[in-house]
Parts: sequence; structure tokens; C-alpha cells
Amino acid sequence: MRSVQRTIGSAADRSLVRDSSLVWLASGVVGVSFGAVSVAGGLPVWVPVLMSLVVYAGSAQFSAVGVLLAGGGPLAAVATGLLLNTRTAAFGLAVAETLGTGRASRFLGAHLVTDETVAFALAQPDPVRRRRAFWISGLGLFAVWNAGVLAGALAGSALGDTARYGLDAAFPAVLVALVLPALRADARVRRCALLGAALALAVTPAVPAGVPVLLALAGLFLHRRPAAAPGAAA
Amino acid sequence: MNATVAVILALAVGTYAFRLVGPVLHGRVTVPPRVQELASAGAVVLLVALLATGALTESGGFAGWARPAGVLAGAALAWRRAPFAVVVLAAAVTTAVLRLAGVS
Repeated sequence: MRSVQRTIGSAADRSLVRDSSLVWLASGVVGVSFGAVSVAGGLPVWVPVLMSLVVYAGSAQFSAVGVLLAGGGPLAAVATGLLLNTRTAAFGLAVAETLGTGRASRFLGAHLVTDETVAFALAQPDPVRRRRAFWISGLGLFAVWNAGVLAGALAGSALGDTARYGLDAAFPAVLVALVLPALRADARVRRCALLGAALALAVTPAVPAGVPVLLALAGLFLHRRPAAAPGAAA
Repeated sequence: MNATVAVILALAVGTYAFRLVGPVLHGRVTVPPRVQELASAGAVVLLVALLATGALTESGGFAGWARPAGVLAGAALAWRRAPFAVVVLAAAVTTAVLRLAGVS
């Protein structure tokens, strides 16, 4: 009996690893480019490496280093990065149930909260699989991202322009694949998400990075209680 | 160099604090079901906004045609319930091929 369960469990884990591994691969290459860009811009190797370990948030790292290299000053670099990362608070709330109440699980798990891992966990059908998905995706992504950044920082710009590989299209596509089931299943969430995305796109040219996605949360105004929906819509 | 260390530490502490809000509050305060519902809907709303801005924009402007074309190819396959790997590879390959062909 136990061996049957273990076989089923490991088969499920294998499919989670298989689906995660492409995200790891793509993130690893982006990590390499982050390391390379930072060092090519004149920062010492330890800066991108340390930043990736303790900040561990791709978009915030790129923007903070970008501001630093552009001479924008430390305050602007921190403000930009933190603004981009405010969304992780909402993601932390969304996966709090998945992380449970164990001290180690919460404090370690919180550091692993990223767009990709949260999307991957929330895309799973049941709580047990959601938890496995969070840890498999989260730990793997952390390892690969940091290894990639270290490799990129050491190798410099040997990889060339990574836009060539089309990875910038891979990440939005990953998110499409992960949120599609939730969008299909729930018309209310679909309405909120469409309004939110439209708002974010509309304000993008006018506001600092990080703000558009936060404004998208205004789309939740369309999220009414099921019973109240017909009356409230009138 | 000290300013750089300060930037890294401030970013790290601030980011970790954001991430910790949800897990720390969980089980300590009873979150009403309505708030939980909004939190998970909010995560989907954020992810869709991220993918829309990520697919179409770059530094506040239009990202060019190659990237959204790749994302669209991936999205079409995801809609047809293609395997995850196929979706991701199709998006990257479409964009890479378009760029090779001179489409930015």
C-alpha cells in the first residue's frame, strides 16, 4: 500500500518537476544575463550574486541595478525595486494557506514567493499538490536563478544579447498557461483580470515601473459577491 | 561600495517584509472568507496584468512586434490545452525566429 502511494506521489512530483524545469531553464538564462549585465556595467561580481541571494526578485534586481548603473542614486534604486516588489505582499497572502503555519515553512517559504512559483502553485487543483508545486518550483527556481547569476557574473557578456533567444516572450507565455485554468473557471475573476490588465496597459507610459501592475488591482471592484451580482450590476 | 551594500540590504529587508505579511498573518488573525476570495482573485489579476504589460511593453513604451507575437503563439497553444513545455518553447522560438528575420 505504502509503495503504491509512493509511486503515485513520485509520478505527480515528476510531472511537477517536468513542468517547472522549463521555467527554471528560462530563468537560469535570464539570471546569466542579469549577472553579465551587472558586471559589464562596472559592478563587482559579488553585487549581483549577493543581491540575487537576499533580494531574489528578477524584475526588481534588474531595475535596481539599472538605476544604479544609470547614476540614479541609491535611494531611487531602492524605491524602484521596492515598488516593483509590493506585489509580493499580495502573492504572500494568496499562498499563505499553502505554506501552512509551521515556523520554518513560513519563514523559508516567504523568501521563495515569486510570480512564477505563485502562479505555478495556484494552478494546481488540490491543496496537497499546490504545496508540492510551491516547494518544487520555489526551491528549484532559487537554485537555478542564483547559479545562473553567478555564472553570468563570472563569464561576463559571453552569451551575447539574450533577446536573441526570445526568452522575453517565454515569461508572459508561462503566465498565460498558468492563469488560463483560473480564467476559464471563473467569469468574475476573468472580468476583474481583463479590466486590471487594461488599466495597467493604459497607465504604463505615464507612471514609474511597478505602479501599473498595482493599479490593476482596481479591477477587483468588479468582483462582487455571487448572490449580489445581478442586483449590483443593475 | 557602502552605498551599494545599503541598497542591497534595504531591498532585501523590504522585499522579505512584503513577502512575509501573508504567511505571518495566516493562522493568527481569522481572515474572513470574502477577503481570502479577494486575495486569490487579486493574485490572478496581478498575474494577468504582469503578463499583459510584460508581453506588450518595455521601459514604458511598446515592446515591438516580435515579443507579443511569440506570446500570442504560446497563448493560442495554451488555449488548445497543449502541454506546458510546448507553450513555452513555441513562444520563445516564435519570437527568436521573428527577430532572426529582422522583426524587432
